[in-house]
Amino acid sequence: MSDKADAPSVSTLSDLLAVAYQIEVDAIERYKMLAEQMETHNNVELAAVFRDLARAEGIHAAEIRRLAGDVDVAALGPEVGQWMTGDSPEAADLSSAHYMMSRAEALRMALAGEERALAFFEEVVKSVEDPEARELAKQLVEEEREHVELCHQLIRRHDKPLRRLGVEDPDAPEPQG
Amino acid sequence: MQLAEISSVSLAFLGSGGAGVISTGELLLEAACKNGWYGLLTRSVGPQIRGGEAAAMLRLATQPVDCHADRFDLLVAVDWLNAQRFALEMPLGPRTIALCDPESGAVPEFVRAAGVRVIELPLKAMTAANPEWRPNMIALGAALRVLGLPEDAARAAIENRFGDKGAAVIVASLAAVKGGADAVESGVLPARLPAPAASGTARWRISGNQAVGLGAVRGGVRFAAAYPITPATEILEWLALNLAKVGGALVQAEDELASINMIIGGSYAGAPSITATSGPGLSLMVEGIGLATAAEVPIVVVDVMRGGPSTGIPTKSEQSDLNIALYGMHGDAPHIVVAPQSVSDCVFTAQWATYLAEAMQIPVLLLSDQFMGQAHAAIDRPADVAFVGQRRIARDIAGTYRRYSLNGPNVTAMALPGTPGGQYTADGLSHSERGTPSSAASDHRAQLDKRANKVHEFDFGDHWATLHGSGEIAVLTWGSVTGAVLEGIALARTDGIDVRVIAPRLLLPAQPERMAAALGGVRELIVIEQSHGAQFYRYLRAHYHLPRNVRVVNSAGPLPLRPGDIYRELTAERAA
Amino acid sequence: MSAEPKPAYKASDFKSDIAPIWCPGCGDYHVLLSITRALAQLGKPPEQVAIVSGIGCSSRIPAYTNCYGFHGVHGRALPIATGLKVIRPDQTVIVTTGDGDGYSIGGNHFLHACRRNLDLTMIVMDNHIYGMTKGQPSPTTEPDLDTALTPGGTGLRPFNPLVIALASGANFVARAFAGNIGQTTSIIVDAVTHPGFSFVEILSPCVTFRPDQRSWKTQVHPAPVDATDDPARAARRIMTDDGFNLGVLYRGNRQPYTPKFGGSGCDLSELEREFEL
Repeated sequence: MSDKADAPSVSTLSDLLAVAYQIEVDAIERYKMLAEQMETHNNVELAAVFRDLARAEGIHAAEIRRLAGDVDVAALGPEVGQWMTGDSPEAADLSSAHYMMSRAEALRMALAGEERALAFFEEVVKSVEDPEARELAKQLVEEEREHVELCHQLIRRHDKPLRRLGVEDPDAPEPQG
Repeated sequence: MQLAEISSVSLAFLGSGGAGVISTGELLLEAACKNGWYGLLTRSVGPQIRGGEAAAMLRLATQPVDCHADRFDLLVAVDWLNAQRFALEMPLGPRTIALCDPESGAVPEFVRAAGVRVIELPLKAMTAANPEWRPNMIALGAALRVLGLPEDAARAAIENRFGDKGAAVIVASLAAVKGGADAVESGVLPARLPAPAASGTARWRISGNQAVGLGAVRGGVRFAAAYPITPATEILEWLALNLAKVGGALVQAEDELASINMIIGGSYAGAPSITATSGPGLSLMVEGIGLATAAEVPIVVVDVMRGGPSTGIPTKSEQSDLNIALYGMHGDAPHIVVAPQSVSDCVFTAQWATYLAEAMQIPVLLLSDQFMGQAHAAIDRPADVAFVGQRRIARDIAGTYRRYSLNGPNVTAMALPGTPGGQYTADGLSHSERGTPSSAASDHRAQLDKRANKVHEFDFGDHWATLHGSGEIAVLTWGSVTGAVLEGIALARTDGIDVRVIAPRLLLPAQPERMAAALGGVRELIVIEQSHGAQFYRYLRAHYHLPRNVRVVNSAGPLPLRPGDIYRELTAERAA
Repeated sequence: MSAEPKPAYKASDFKSDIAPIWCPGCGDYHVLLSITRALAQLGKPPEQVAIVSGIGCSSRIPAYTNCYGFHGVHGRALPIATGLKVIRPDQTVIVTTGDGDGYSIGGNHFLHACRRNLDLTMIVMDNHIYGMTKGQPSPTTEPDLDTALTPGGTGLRPFNPLVIALASGANFVARAFAGNIGQTTSIIVDAVTHPGFSFVEILSPCVTFRPDQRSWKTQVHPAPVDATDDPARAARRIMTDDGFNLGVLYRGNRQPYTPKFGGSGCDLSELEREFEL
């Protein structure tokens, strides 16, 4: 897809606000999907974890809206583009989900997202020329660092021996088709 | 010699590849019809695509006829190559006249054995003398003379048929017809068909397959999907041409699995839809018909029955698809099965089928057969009837749309794509009122009830069957066999035997109350059908209370039942 | 950037309230996201879109959207979509299917839908396995995959659906990877917008029966060259690529099939004329 940029293009403060907002919106959507999946598959505990994560991202999204002031970040989102390969940085990787996944695994999923977001904003700090945008990017980098650290703390608290995905399921899949 | 007057005359043209006997039969039917007679033309052909032996069998009459007679009065053989093949299909007798050319080889055994009177028609000598004459046109002329028709009677038909081949062909054909007429005597037939009474009613010449197409379009069909199969293809070809005239369309499908699902898609999108097939195609469509039942999508599926099982006899008739039509689907799948009883009835039944499908949002199977499907008949114009498909459509949708709602009528309003708020997923999975897949026992049962009840509640009216005559003896029959049965009981009546005939047009759902009334006072019942396995009899046993004294007359296809067969059954019963 | 008109719809407008039954981790969740995002970008209201499917995991999609849908029988989504589109050409019609439904039991319809070139979009979620019936090989399964139905593998060469689509006359051929939501969305928009029959093969991992497919996300890569309108060139590229080339690979310019409807329609009595004596 040579006619599409591989990632959103950030050159102004409003671009960055739109991208940062979009990242949070994608993250919320993804956590909600995971929560729904876990509910469908009767993993009530994990459903609650993902709902909590979605709520946390909601707070971040609200914060960005506040920072943006009059700028309509939701409307700007489509204009800055999206990720053509890979995924929106903070969006949890749906493909690494499993219906019997543990809380620690879910938190690792979240950690991976926060780390990708951190890397993305660090890259913006390096590449963007607009001083206001760079200032905001630095601020976002700091926030993402805090999120990464928070994830680490939570993982330490909940970590149990890693369950290998799929292999310990005592129930075989049910034929449906 | 004083000629006796009979009400019909039967003749056949016989010939092998390239002889053109089928088109000769069509020209004669047209000429006779223009003369005011009624008639029926069927064909029998070998398995070859081209060059096979063929027979055009005609019955001309002073009133509409729905079956062949017991005996041919006239046989016109352009040649005798492979004619023995038709021995069983061509009952002959000492009163039969055969026109044939001694140079075309020996008269076949079955013709000689019947004591047929052979009259020479020197086709080879005549075409040698007149190279532009074609033997079949000479045969046509000879037949016209023997029937007592002026040779000019065929002029319009010939001009119509050969118009695009140029004036020379028409002139040569008319000359050959005249030559053929002059080569035979007019009084050779022991009986002559009287001149037709002037009829006030408009008459048509139409085939059963065309009649099904016309009836369906009258009933509202505007979309067809087609996969060719003998003997149903003519329905699809007629629809291809004529749907386009009324704002509809036909799409050719890659197979019958596609054609059935295409019409389900077309009907889901809002167009009353049809497909036509024959036994093997119906087998492939059965899964799709079940889907239309479950998703409540109205469709009409025409099965023009031929000899089965498997490929069977594609070109010949049988009533042996009744079981698959009634019971072919897996699961409990309420649907409608109807069957026309004659070429003329194909118009009504196809129109009614479309109406029923749309009214109940349900698949309707129409069982025609090769005999009436490919027969060309001169009939009185069928009466106009008011049955036009009216589907309950959901418009102006407010709130949650429930496609399969259980509150209210069992036939629920259907939202068509594009209607805001009506979005739903039609599903072959068991589903809830909204169409959402559900494997819950309660949803399953509720929707099974809904689909069964919408059929049970429906009032099918008097069209469920045709009822004829009275008496303590009854014949139960169906489909195209009805024509022969009615003539057979008319013969029996001249012997003082009164027989009533009950011919259900509606086979599913069964109508036990109506049948009980129709059978009231019947002491003996004869079931007559054209299936080796007595499928109709078994169906009757499964669904109806029958009198204790039941006799089954079932014969496999492809030989048609004739009035005399029925008459003998009735009189044999008396004698016993 | 130029100011495009603000889209009137969000992806969530195209989602239903029904929770998918797919296994967590399934690629089809991504595809559902991509379809709803693409529909939002296309900007038609949900009632003007119809999604048609057969049977299988991927075929569950219609009910998960807020569009008109048809969840038919196994293998027959394309004929249903054909009938629907013929009668309602104003509807955007998308077929969602899988490698078993679309290529095996529905294989004949696949060929002929490509050939017919009606203005439809066929989205195949290919995971090289029958998921819903618990892991039997499909036409795209590798020959050595050991399954209960084919112990030791099928020994059969998988077929290449993109080449078959091309050879059969599809007017648009693309490959996507479920995990690349942005690119998949963009390809779907492109496919729906392109006239005629558009074929989009989406590599969509089955985490339950093909956990090895988790590695697909590291194997996929953008196609190195732009789409061509030369089917021969496209076929050569597709036949020689590694199966992980993503992007629009062929963009043809055949006229879409449009059945002839005879205008507003004549009076029915005119049809009788040919029968009158």
